[in-house]
This record gives sequence, structure tokens and C-alpha cells, in this order.
Amino acid sequence: MNTRSDHAPIVQMKNIEKHFGPVIALAGVSVDVYPGECHCLLGDNGAGKSTFIKTMSGVHKPTKGEILFEGRPMNFSTPRDAMDAGIATVHQHLAMIPLMSVARNFFMGNEPTKKIAGISFFDREFADRVTMEEMRKMGINLRGPDQAVGTLSGGERQTVAISRAVYFGAKVLILDEPTSALGVRQTSNVLATIDKVRKQGVAVVFITHNVRHALAVGDRFTVLNRGQTLGTAQRGQITPDELQDMMAGGQELATLEGSLGGTV
Amino acid sequence: MAETATPTDERVKEMSRLRLALMRPELGGMVGAVAVFTFFLLFAFDSGMFASQGIMNWTVVSAQFMIIAVGACLLMIAGEFDLSVGSMIGFAGMMIAVFGVVLAWPMWIAILITFAICVAIGALNGYIVIRTGLPSFIVTLAFLFILRGFTIYIPQTIERKTIIGGIREAAEGDWLAPIFGGKILTGFFQWLGDIGVLETFSRGSREGQPVVDGIPMLIVWALILVAFGHILLTRTRFGNWIYASGGDAEAARNSGVPVNRVKIAMFMFTAFCATVFALCQVMEFGSAGADRGLLKEFEAIIAVVIGGALLTGGYGSVIGAALGALIFGVVQQGLFFAGVESSLFRVFLGVILLGAVILNTYIRRMITGER
Ligand SMILES: Nc1ncnc2c1ncn2[C@@H]1O[C@H](COP(=O)(O)OP(=O)(O)OP(=O)(O)O)[C@@H](O)[C@H]1O
Ligand SMILES: [Mg+2]
Repeated sequence: MNTRSDHAPIVQMKNIEKHFGPVIALAGVSVDVYPGECHCLLGDNGAGKSTFIKTMSGVHKPTKGEILFEGRPMNFSTPRDAMDAGIATVHQHLAMIPLMSVARNFFMGNEPTKKIAGISFFDREFADRVTMEEMRKMGINLRGPDQAVGTLSGGERQTVAISRAVYFGAKVLILDEPTSALGVRQTSNVLATIDKVRKQGVAVVFITHNVRHALAVGDRFTVLNRGQTLGTAQRGQITPDELQDMMAGGQELATLEGSLGGTV
Repeated sequence: MAETATPTDERVKEMSRLRLALMRPELGGMVGAVAVFTFFLLFAFDSGMFASQGIMNWTVVSAQFMIIAVGACLLMIAGEFDLSVGSMIGFAGMMIAVFGVVLAWPMWIAILITFAICVAIGALNGYIVIRTGLPSFIVTLAFLFILRGFTIYIPQTIERKTIIGGIREAAEGDWLAPIFGGKILTGFFQWLGDIGVLETFSRGSREGQPVVDGIPMLIVWALILVAFGHILLTRTRFGNWIYASGGDAEAARNSGVPVNRVKIAMFMFTAFCATVFALCQVMEFGSAGADRGLLKEFEAIIAVVIGGALLTGGYGSVIGAALGALIFGVVQQGLFFAGVESSLFRVFLGVILLGAVILNTYIRRMITGER
């Protein structure tokens, strides 16, 4: 854990604000993400988690605040820029196109090319092969790489999105509630994958509403509430109960828990 | 892991061969083309439709449809429409006449400037659609009127008429004009006539010449554009971006696809195709008319839809659109050869359009799994 102080954070988000017209979705959020850590972002619905990671992945431009990537100020104006920098994202509302095949979706925006007579063509053979391989690693057997994403189940789609991000997330992997629709086997596959890429030195930002998933892989836990950070806790410095409390914004859960007989 | 060693899933069999075949976007176009040819071979064989001149006749008409269908197809897959195609055809022709005949500039300059202007208008169409977020239907409908208005206004103001002739004479000896108005393989066709494979004129000034004396550049353009569009769409990364932009622009953007650029490029390509059409037409007729290209935008869209593309974007095929254009050309000219009242062609159009749209909706449900 102390090794982290030896190397610099890969992404530093400083006082990020994001306004949507009159709505203040983020009111000054600062988070550092280090290589090789799994940083869990927690918080209630509408807390601003998705908005926050979207500023990190170039979808939104922050209204105010600064983003440093590998120590340098970074102005991601498009998701493409973030992707080129090695940041891959699984969005909560999956960036998948139902009418397109799995392989075409997998490589959307990152199509492999091969040159024939000086003209570069989409290398479909490579795309098909990699897609099948990556999906198999996640425990999903596709009918074929040309199967349309629209015919996949919700969880299968999520798995495509995750394996795509893992494949392209060279430095930072952002997962916005990636396990919300997954079965037991696929969930443990995803958690194992997070663990694996973290060990390879990739920084993982993991948003979840599930305490057990967060505790299983998280190194640090940052809680957002109504567009602000409630603080960041280290693994080992926090009990599952405290974490549970924090995830609900630190309020009212105690009373709720009482009335539900401790099942939450 | 014994189970991962065999990647096939036992649920594969749910997908019958027929269903898989049905899921190709070109299916409708293929079935339609076969049906149409069978029909005319059976009922109009002796009408001259399948003699060399007859074949050339419906091939040229089909090729015309193909040229604009390729543009409309890629644009529709990218999720947009262009209703200004027909007006653009009239406008581009008129520009050629104004620059090449009225102003008497060298024809190649007139051609290049016309291309530049029309493609720029296409870009403007796209830019407005992207910038305002308005449906392209409305924006290009505005340009349908704007361009048509200019196409009538300009010749009336400078020449006091709505048709400007003399284009063929102005193009005489030009190096670029034959690329649109010329014919290829004329020597080959002459040889075919000489050895008796092709009929030749037996009297008149063209005695001894074959009745079909070459392949018009219009057909060459159609084939080149179809091949280009098909390869672009299915074999390049840009093609993947076209599908993605039309399938779900937001998701495509989040995945790093430059959606705005893709869409604007497709508007420009559509304008390019319309200009090619216009050039071939004015070179053939030798004149530009203010009413040229009327309703062509709808014919292009219908050909594309018959070819299996979804009006909602994200799905379709250039080969399908080309087949749609072929069906269009064969039926339009076939009814003429068969001596059927030409107004019935519109009835046929309406019916086949409705059938194609219903079939496509069904196909989409099958692909996306929605019920
Ligand atoms: N594009 C937008 N336009 C306007 N308001 C928005 C937009 N995106 C998010 N918001 C608002 O910002 C706030 C934070 O939303 P966000 O999606 O970041 O929450 P979240 O923490 O991801 O919640 P959940 O756990 O439900 O996914 C919400 O109040 C939401 O209504
Ligand atoms: Mg969210």
C-alpha cells in the first residue's frame, strides 16, 4: 500500500465542477488515481458518479477544474483523445449498437487495419478472432463474431463492453456499474479481471452499488454525495458496515437497517 | 476447461439457415430482382426489351438510379436523409450551363467548379443538421426548395428561358467532359457488330454501325460508385463509423467515432453523386433544364429501402441499394416496353415500397431481438 506514494498518480482530478444548465452535477470533486490501484467510486443514485467519470473519459468538458494526466494538464475534448491516451470506459448506459455485430461493436472507434496495395482496410479477420477470444476469456461463448449485439442478453452486452474496455484500457480502465446485470460466474470473472489488470499496473476506477464487490477488489474508496466528495478511505481502514453507510451518503441507513431487520 | 474447448453453443440451432439468410439486407433486393426479371422475361420477352438496344435502355435507366442510390444509401445508413438530391441534380446541371455556355468558360473548369459548389452545399446541409440538431428531413427539405428556386431563377434572369442548350458543343474537345458524356469500348462494340453478334443499322447515316455502339460513362460511373460504396462500407474503418453513426450517434461518440465528420462527409458524398448524375445527364441531352431531377430524391430513397436499408439508419447495403435501383429501372422501362400505361408504374412503386418497408421492419426485429 505504501508503494503508492513512490509513484505519481496517473490521473489527478482537481476541483472538478460540472453544471448542466441550472443543475450542478459536480460541485468541486478532487480525486487522484494511481497506477495499479482499484479506486472505487461510491454514492447514491444521482450523486454524480457517472458525470464525474465522463469528465475523465472526455465525454463531458468540466465547467471548472483541472485534469492532470501523467502529471500534465490534459484537455480531453473528445472521448477519442482520452482513448488515445489509454483511458477506456464502460459506460453505465453501454455504448453498444444493437444492429451491429459483436466484432464491429468491439472495435468501434478502434478498428484494426491492414494495408492492401497501400490502402488501409478494416482487418475483419483479426477483429473477429480477438473478439471471440476476449469474450471466451470472460466466460461467454458467442454464436459467432458477426452475431448482432441486439440478440445478446443484457449481461452478455455488458460483458462485451467490459472486455472491450479491458482490451483497450492500456493505462486507465473506468467501469461504471459494470456488474449490475451480470450472473454469478460473469461477475466473478469481471472482479478477477479487475484484479488481474490492476496487478499489471493499470489504474481501475470502479463504480458499484454492491459493497461486497467493492470490498472484494477495492484499494481505496471515494464517496460522492450530491456532487461533492465525502472523503476517501483506504482499504483496511474501514469496516464493511462503515462502507455500507458511506455508500448511502452516510445518512438514514441506520434507521432503515433497523426497520428491515439488518438485511440491507 | 472442456467446455471452452468447443466454442459452439448448443443454442446455435435456434437460428435456422433460412433465418440467417433472411437477415442479409440484400435479400429483399435479390428476391425482387429475380421476380422482376422472371416477370418480364415471361410477359415481355418479344417486346424488344431483351434485345441489345432494349437491354441498353433499361441498363442506362437503372444506372442513373444507382448513382444517386449509392449516395442516399450511405447517408441513410449514417442516419440521415437528403431530400435535396433532385433539386441538386437540376442545380448542378444549370451551373454547368451557366459556367460552360453562358460564361463560356472551358468545360473542365465549369465541371470542377460545379463539383466544388455542389459538394460545399452538401457540406452546408450536413453542418446545419449537426449544428442545430434538427432532423435532416427538414433541413434538406428547405434546400429542396432553395436549390430548385435558384435553378429556375438563374436561367430566367440571364437567358429569359428555363432551358439552356449548347452544352455538347461547348464540351467539344474538352478533356474532362468525356468522363461524363463519353462511351467506352466503342471499338469492341463495332467489332461485335462487324462479326454479326450485334445488330447493325442497315440504312441511314449510321449504316453498318452497331445499334449499341459502346458503354456510356454513366454506367461506368454507376459501377464504380457501387463498388466504392460497398467496399467503403464493409471493408474500411470509415465504413464501421458509418454504421455506428447511424446506429446510435451517442454510443458511437462515446466510443471515439467522429460522428459529426462522418455525417457531414456522407452529405458531401450524396451531393457528389447527384452532381455526377447531373453531369452525365447534361452531357447526354446537351442542355440543362430547370425541372431536371424532379422527385429523384424519393426515387433514390425508395431504391435504398427496397435494397434493405432501415429508414432509421445503422443498417443497410450498397449492393442492396444497387439491386433496388435495378428493379426500379427494369420495371419502369419494362412497363414501357410491355405497352402498359406508364402511370401504373407509380402504383407499382407505392406497393413495392410498402412491401419493402414492412419486410425491413420484420428483419430489424429479428436482428435486434425486439418483439
Ligand atoms: N446530461 C445531463 N443533463 C442534465 N443533467 C444531468 C445530465 N447528466 C447528469 N445530470 C444530472 O446530474 C446528476 C448526477 O447524475 P449522475 O448520472 O452522475 O449520477 P450517478 O451518481 O451516476 O447516479 P447512478 O448511481 O444512478 O448512476 C443528476 O442529478 C442528473 O440528473
Ligand atoms: Mg451512474
